[in-house]
This record gives sequence, structure tokens and C-alpha cells, in this order.
Amino acid sequence: MSAVPISWYLILSAILFSLGVAGFLFRKNIITVFMSIELMLNAVNLSFVAFSYKLKQVDGHIFTFFVMVVAAAEAAVGLAIILTVFKNRRTLEIDEVDSMKN
Amino acid sequence: MDLILFLVFAAIAVGCGVNLVVQRHPISSALSLIGVMGSLAVLYLLLGAEFIAAAQLIVYAGAIMVLFLFVIMLLNAGVERGVDKSRLARWLGLPLLALFLGMVSFLVRRFYPDKVSVAFGGFTGGGPADVGRKLFTEYLLPFEAASVLILIAILGAVVLARKEID
Repeated sequence: MSAVPISWYLILSAILFSLGVAGFLFRKNIITVFMSIELMLNAVNLSFVAFSYKLKQVDGHIFTFFVMVVAAAEAAVGLAIILTVFKNRRTLEIDEVDSMKN
Repeated sequence: MDLILFLVFAAIAVGCGVNLVVQRHPISSALSLIGVMGSLAVLYLLLGAEFIAAAQLIVYAGAIMVLFLFVIMLLNAGVERGVDKSRLARWLGLPLLALFLGMVSFLVRRFYPDKVSVAFGGFTGGGPADVGRKLFTEYLLPFEAASVLILIAILGAVVLARKEID
């Protein structure tokens, strides 16, 4: 009776993903944009684990594990790129990093 | 009990997620993201994913977010300037987001009616032994590829963050 419908987990995942998209689109700080991407990855992980529960298989956990691995690699490289951009331009605003625009 | 835990930690996750988007200071956003990750770890435990919950806390909330906080403090990132989103985005963004979420909720509830439910202990195949057995037999090749990916990422980070690049 105290069980939670699995659709609630999936809806929570959709809400978190939408928040990540909103942050990605609206924020101007390059680090915050990057953190929004991490939020989206986390939301997808939640639905992977929820589907894994539904199907009673452990494969979803493996996928979540690989998403974590890729996120770690992405964070390392991305933050190094942010460091380099800041060193060259002294700014973190994405609107001011526009040398490929013209 | 399951329901209470789910509601409490889902509320924390959504609240911290909203806080991540609306806060102006990157440090506040990073701390909110840590809150989201911590509450997601509890939800993973409720779903029977013990190994993933531990990995979430150690890898995500521990390692990756410390890296983020370290970079934010290293660059001394301050409050970001006023967000100059267009008027169209301001008036259309939130209603469209609500519409999207409503449609997704409708579809999900159509596919998975309320009787398909999650109870703690309903799936016990998510411990480290089960995950490891699957990982090192069926998913061995992706595992090795992931190790090569991490190696390349380390090399790339070292090359990018060198002092000489100006």
C-alpha cells in the first residue's frame, strides 16, 4: 500500500531533465551551463535505474555506470577547457566567447 | 514508508534543481547540484540499486562536484551578470515547459499505470556482486573501452591545463 508507482520516478526524471534544459538554455555562466548538463545526465540515470527495476534486470545499472564514467571524463576535459578559456579571455560569460561567430 | 521517503527526496531533488537554475552564483548552483545528487542516491536505494547509489555518492557527489567546486574557487567566479533572455523566451518558455511536462506525464502514466509500482526490496539484483558479474562478463568490451576513454580524458586534461598554452 505504501508502494510508489513507477511512473512517478519517470516523471521526476522528466522534471529534472527539463530543469537541466532550462538551465542550459538560460544561464550565461559557462560553469553553470556545464552543471546543467550534469543535471540532465543524472535525470537520465534515474530513468535507467527505474526501468531496470521494472524489467528486473541489472543492465540499466550497467548503463548508469557507463554514463557516470563518461560524465567523469567529460567533467575532467570540460573543466580543463574552461580553465584554458578563462586563462585566454579572462571571462566566464558564454556570450563573450564568440570568436567562431564571425 | 516508501511513499514518504520518495516524496521527501523527490521534493528535495526538484527544489535543489530549481535552485540550481535560478541562483546567480556558481557556488550556490554547485551546492544545489550536490543536493540533487544526494537525494537521487536515496532514490536509487529505494529502487534496489545499491552499487549505483554508492557510486553516485562517491563518484558524482564526491569526485566530480569537488572538481567543479575546485574550478569555481580557482577561477574566483563571481555573480553572473543579468540574464538577458528575449521576451519571447520569458513569456513562452515556462508555459511550453509545463506543456511538455504535462504531455510526458500523460504518456508515462498511460504506459505505466499505477499498479506497476516500486516497493523497497522488490528487486534485489543490484548489489555490487550482481553488477560486477554482469560488467565483467557480458559488458567486458565496453568496460575496457571506458578505461581507454578515461586514459584519453586524463591526457587531454593534462595537455589542456598546461601553463604553456596561451
